[in-house]
Amino acid sequence: MSTSKTSGSYMRDVFRRFRAHKLAMAGLCVLILEILLVVLLPMLFPLDPYTSDVAAFGADPSVLHPLGTDEIGRDLLARLIYGGRVSLAVGILSTAISVAVGVPLGLAAGYFRGILETVVMRCADIFMSFPSIILILVLVSVVGPSVLTVTLVIGVLGWPQFARLIYGNVLSVREKDYVESARAVGEKSFRTVMKYILPNTFAPILIALTFGTANAIIMESSLSFLGMGVQAPMASWGNILYDAQSIAVLSQRPWLWVPPGVALVITVLSINFFGDGIRDALDTKMKL
Amino acid sequence: MKKYIVKRLLIAIPTFIGITILVYLLSSLAEGSPLDMLLSNPYITAEEIARKRVEYGLDKNVFVQYFNWLKQLLQGNMGYSYRTNLPVLGMILERLGPTLVLTFSATIFSVLVAVPLGIMSAYKPYSGWDYISSGLSFVGSATPNFFAGLLLIYLFSVRLKLLPIGGMYDTSGIRTLPMLLKHLILPAMVLSIQQVGRLIRQTRGSMLEVLSEDYVRTARAKGLRENKVLVRHALRNALIPVVTELGMMIPFLIGGAVVTEQIFGWPGLGSLMVMSITARDYPAIMGITVFVAVAVLLGNLLTDLIYSVLDPRIRNQ
Repeated sequence: MSTSKTSGSYMRDVFRRFRAHKLAMAGLCVLILEILLVVLLPMLFPLDPYTSDVAAFGADPSVLHPLGTDEIGRDLLARLIYGGRVSLAVGILSTAISVAVGVPLGLAAGYFRGILETVVMRCADIFMSFPSIILILVLVSVVGPSVLTVTLVIGVLGWPQFARLIYGNVLSVREKDYVESARAVGEKSFRTVMKYILPNTFAPILIALTFGTANAIIMESSLSFLGMGVQAPMASWGNILYDAQSIAVLSQRPWLWVPPGVALVITVLSINFFGDGIRDALDTKMKL
Repeated sequence: MKKYIVKRLLIAIPTFIGITILVYLLSSLAEGSPLDMLLSNPYITAEEIARKRVEYGLDKNVFVQYFNWLKQLLQGNMGYSYRTNLPVLGMILERLGPTLVLTFSATIFSVLVAVPLGIMSAYKPYSGWDYISSGLSFVGSATPNFFAGLLLIYLFSVRLKLLPIGGMYDTSGIRTLPMLLKHLILPAMVLSIQQVGRLIRQTRGSMLEVLSEDYVRTARAKGLRENKVLVRHALRNALIPVVTELGMMIPFLIGGAVVTEQIFGWPGLGSLMVMSITARDYPAIMGITVFVAVAVLLGNLLTDLIYSVLDPRIRNQ
């Protein structure tokens, strides 16, 4: 476990262990490549995911449209790239929201104990014992589906994972001698939390962050697939598959639905490998 | 034992109340109040709207409305669906069977696949089996249900024409077990895909732990055959955490059923949920959500009980 002042040799060890993890390195490379693709490709080539090509409705792959066009003539490659932007962004942002909500709650529950602990952790239990997609569907139906609401809802409902993780960690750290001595010399509780406890929970947060992002990406795509996520004309990997649900598309034009699905699997797989690598490199004995 | 069950039941009550409050708040936040639908009808009179407002109890404050709703709920009255005008409880019960069939067969399927793989990869770490099962668990947990569903439909229904594309029975009206099984294979496989990965990891982990225990070494030392050591001494203990894992998978199973039933047109609670959400049918949405909450709580309780039967240390605490 790292201390608040991380020594240079510790970080060097971490990097060395991470680089030795082949799958994690591969995952990282794929992710970097993917992010570069979805960010840069639209700047380099004139990709248009919204306008219909009136000369090509439901066209097969060609030089002009490498992945063909959909029923209303939109270029699928452009939609795949722009959809990737949306799917990755929703995954990352909603996980950031989960951290922003869950970490303070977990810290507070673990440090202050008492009634706060009971309420927060009991709520976390309730949320975690319930199928989150059902709550998310209910919430989205209340606020109306859009990129923004989906990101917020997935993010906010993802808090218990982080709260629990941090809570457990704080409990184990708060009885350590250095925290006790900080309290003994009269440091304020907020300062103690920020200075001694938070840095010690950094490694588990980082690891949970990667797996959380993977889950958020799957959640967004599932919602969009059900038609309750990102809405047309905006593309996301999930809603490209939603548009391809007819038996004609399914059986005759696999290039419309296989690429976004494969992109999803590869992305989630890479994130999970990456997370595994970080876990091994940081050498924490945590289980997810 | 009785005390243990009562204690678990008492813990479940605040959870249940918490979920009902959450569900109630959410749906009262929803813009689509039942009156809006009436208001959009040009032939309706103001008196009629006022009468409906009283009839639906919408003139009372939120707390009174919540307690009225809860009282009705506990008596088994979940109200009438806006979409079909049928009693919500009836609609739920009608679709409970298919969902139970689907989730149970998915669970059985994943146990049958994952437990042997987990055992073999723990017994011979870094062997071929170990790589196969870790590959399977990685790919399985990275594949969203809906994509796996589309792939399997494409492969088995469209290309090979072996299995039906969806539904529970075909349209002929004849309902036989073989026909049900034929329709069940793909959805059950899809639903189990993500559970298989978790189960393999759990089985492998706990089996590895147990195999290094003293009692396993003792069993070997006294000359028991390896099969017997594995099954009677190791597996029995290794499966205890696997049961907990199965219990923890209940919410994921129900969540997965929402997507899976939608892909395969399986007439269960999940597809009813999606239909109700799309139609903003709040009585149905609330009813299903509360029903799922109860199901999850009962599932957890059942897991706890099985756990305490398997592990006497817990029972005697």
